[in-house]
Amino acid sequence: MLIGTGNKALSIHLSTDIAMKDSLFQDTFEEARKQKGIGQMNDQDDPIVMVLRHKDVRKCAFNWKGFKSEAKPGRIVVPSEVNIRDTRQIPFEIDPPNHTAYRKVLESWFKRPLQEEYKNSLSAIISELLDEQLKQEATEVISELSLPLQSKALTLLLNTSMEEAETWISWGVHVFRSEATALDKDKANILYDYIEKEIDRAIEKPGKDLYSVLLNTELEGRKLSREEVKGILVLTFAGGRDTVINFLTNSLSYFAEKPKMLDWLRKDPSIIGKATEELVRYFSPLTHIGRVSTSDTAVCGHEVKSDSRISLCWASANRDETVFENPNEVILDRKVNPHVAFGFSHHKCLGATHARQIMKEFLRILPRKVSKIEILEAEENIEEWGDFKRKVGFEKLNVKLYSQQG
Amino acid sequence: MAVINFITQEGEKISVEGTSGSIMELATSVGIAGLDGDCGGVCSCATCHVYVNETYRKIVGEAEKIEKEMLEFDELAKENSRLSCQIEISEKLDGIELIVARE
Ligand code: HEM
Ligand code: FES
Repeated sequence: MLIGTGNKALSIHLSTDIAMKDSLFQDTFEEARKQKGIGQMNDQDDPIVMVLRHKDVRKCAFNWKGFKSEAKPGRIVVPSEVNIRDTRQIPFEIDPPNHTAYRKVLESWFKRPLQEEYKNSLSAIISELLDEQLKQEATEVISELSLPLQSKALTLLLNTSMEEAETWISWGVHVFRSEATALDKDKANILYDYIEKEIDRAIEKPGKDLYSVLLNTELEGRKLSREEVKGILVLTFAGGRDTVINFLTNSLSYFAEKPKMLDWLRKDPSIIGKATEELVRYFSPLTHIGRVSTSDTAVCGHEVKSDSRISLCWASANRDETVFENPNEVILDRKVNPHVAFGFSHHKCLGATHARQIMKEFLRILPRKVSKIEILEAEENIEEWGDFKRKVGFEKLNVKLYSQQG
Repeated sequence: MAVINFITQEGEKISVEGTSGSIMELATSVGIAGLDGDCGGVCSCATCHVYVNETYRKIVGEAEKIEKEMLEFDELAKENSRLSCQIEISEKLDGIELIVARE
């Protein structure tokens, strides 16, 4: 998942050109959602009907018998990865009842971020990174804050040594992404080779890390196979990289342009939980994910043929005006917020506890340490899905962080 | 103050005293199995799903539209289902029994 993003169209501007616009993430799906409820796009000759309304997205996600995930490996990802990988990502590309069995053995591990010790370690990582950047004249948020934070936090989830993060940081932001239309197999291989090596290491010298734990995990009376362990780990790496990086970077751009909201968090940290949900709704770091139809059917009155693809467009559902009041506004303490940013139903994000905990700690520490954030330069990252162009994050975000004390 | 009784899928009964906030918050503060409250109470995760015992259903009241729609897509939903993050603790609820829907 998430090895590719759409074709890139870049727009570059200096922050002096347009005031207060960097943290604006427009809803590109509005018209199509209101008028037709679906969008259409082609992807490597395997076209996709994009499901845009909140109710339909949830209905299709719930209906795993009608819209399956267990297709050819790579097919439910957009753009499709069928030509670049054979490894099935687990539990992402598995349907119930097997999916339920995998989730059962994985869930307790992925709930570890709720432990006090885990939170404290996250908090130390965030504090250290912010302290370091507060000494600098300028910070490129993605490479100097979000990527290192995401990588270091991942060592907690995998329970590996913090030094591993240096390797993952050295891969850069674009490791699982391809800039050109064709997906780049070599780049994906960096990750696969790395994971193969780590599995070898864990077989030779088992420890308390996720590789070792998975190799020792029993599922219905047998141990998980090497291929299964690989499928789980690849997903853990790929699923939680760009998503977390965009979540952090975009949120920082928001607080740069809305300093009053940073003040609010400082005065009333009790809103942090709701703020986390609202920011993930607004930014929806994962735009959509595919499913394959198991019969000739219709979605929102539109024909969907058997064995063709639909996508569940979380980003569009999260701006549905029939569900969310003022959907295009960030309301940090939004009380009822049935967003689907982490997916919905069986396949809802397994890494959500980790991602939420990162954001909660970030929102707790940022306002304490930082008084003001000034955007110096921003370069948007625009995805293209057929006719839809969606800003999902930044290619580059240069800021100056001002210390709370000074 | 109200005593809230949780019954887990394992059949364990846990009684907790609460004064304010939501039932979900009370449950997560003591760590009731199967009641996780992943989304913190904004009605987006359904990990706070409970069944309300008959005598208390009227007192607790009906779910609002957004909550109902959430339960519509929960395969564990029954007639007496509620999302406990949407139920505020009050004295009226003293003695209520809530069966936690998830393991
Ligand atoms: C803000 C950050 C994140 C967002 C917005 C996000 C979003 C999503 C979404 C929408 C799905 C549903 C996919 C589907 O229905 O097919 C999903 C699934 C998944 N995510 Fe995340 N994710 C995030 C972070 C993470 C992290 C940090 C990890 C792990 C390190 C992770 C691991 C997974 C896994 C393993 C699944 C598959 C679950 C299953 O199929 O049962 N995600 N994510
Ligand atoms: S806590 Fe998420 S819906 Fe109740």
